[in-house]
Amino acid sequence: MAILIILLILTLLASLWAAMTPMLLRAAIALALTSALLSVLMFQLNSPYAAVFELSVCAGLISVIFVSVITLTHRLPLKEYLRRRQSRIYRFMYLPFIVIAVVLAMYFIRIDLNIMPSMTQSISDVRIALWEYRRIYLFGQIMAILAGVFGVLVLFKGDKED
Amino acid sequence: MDTVQMFWIFSIFIAAIAVIGIYCIIATFNLLRALIGLELLIKAVTLLLIISGYLSGRTAVAQAIVITVIVVEVVAMVVAAGLIIGFFKQYDSLNVKNTRSMKG
Repeated sequence: MAILIILLILTLLASLWAAMTPMLLRAAIALALTSALLSVLMFQLNSPYAAVFELSVCAGLISVIFVSVITLTHRLPLKEYLRRRQSRIYRFMYLPFIVIAVVLAMYFIRIDLNIMPSMTQSISDVRIALWEYRRIYLFGQIMAILAGVFGVLVLFKGDKED
Repeated sequence: MDTVQMFWIFSIFIAAIAVIGIYCIIATFNLLRALIGLELLIKAVTLLLIISGYLSGRTAVAQAIVITVIVVEVVAMVVAAGLIIGFFKQYDSLNVKNTRSMKG
């Protein structure tokens, strides 16, 4: 269990680095590092096939895609880059505190949602399977849908510069 | 350590990674960084699926779902990267404010 917690902490730090670093190339490298650590976590959790997929596709292919896109887009002039970097620091300086607040809130507030999956036999009705015995998967699906919603919302932001 | 305690420890880190991904999408105006935030959100979801499969003893089902998610993720990333490159060729910038000019 200790190795799992160490891996989780490293994954969290790598994802924080990917979000907060001002250089896009370092963000892509940090994302690849996050994928690699996630892959090791999957190996530890008896999921070797998913781990191999995660390592080869996410840490490999997607990183290549990101680096290719970064290469195909021009760099900003130095003056513009420094100006936007300053603005970026002000916007992202609150992120570590928000993460700490979320971690502490989840540690101290334990809500009994009855979401642990149970080892059941085959169930004929999908509705019963999803709502009664696999409720935990719904949280993953909701988060995936939120990911798509926020991805669309980013296209309709107000007039501010990066 | 029992399964509930293990699940709560994992859920804390999953929530933290998800918050980082959501904040990255909200607080940036660069399209590529928004894509990175989206990637982090999907990684949180992937970890949630794996740990739920591990604790329920159904690692095969969880792996099958995760592999499907990864395949869809790759397709989405490739399409998004193509759109970003096309967008950059059109506006010579990755700033999301330029997308407002497409509104009718």
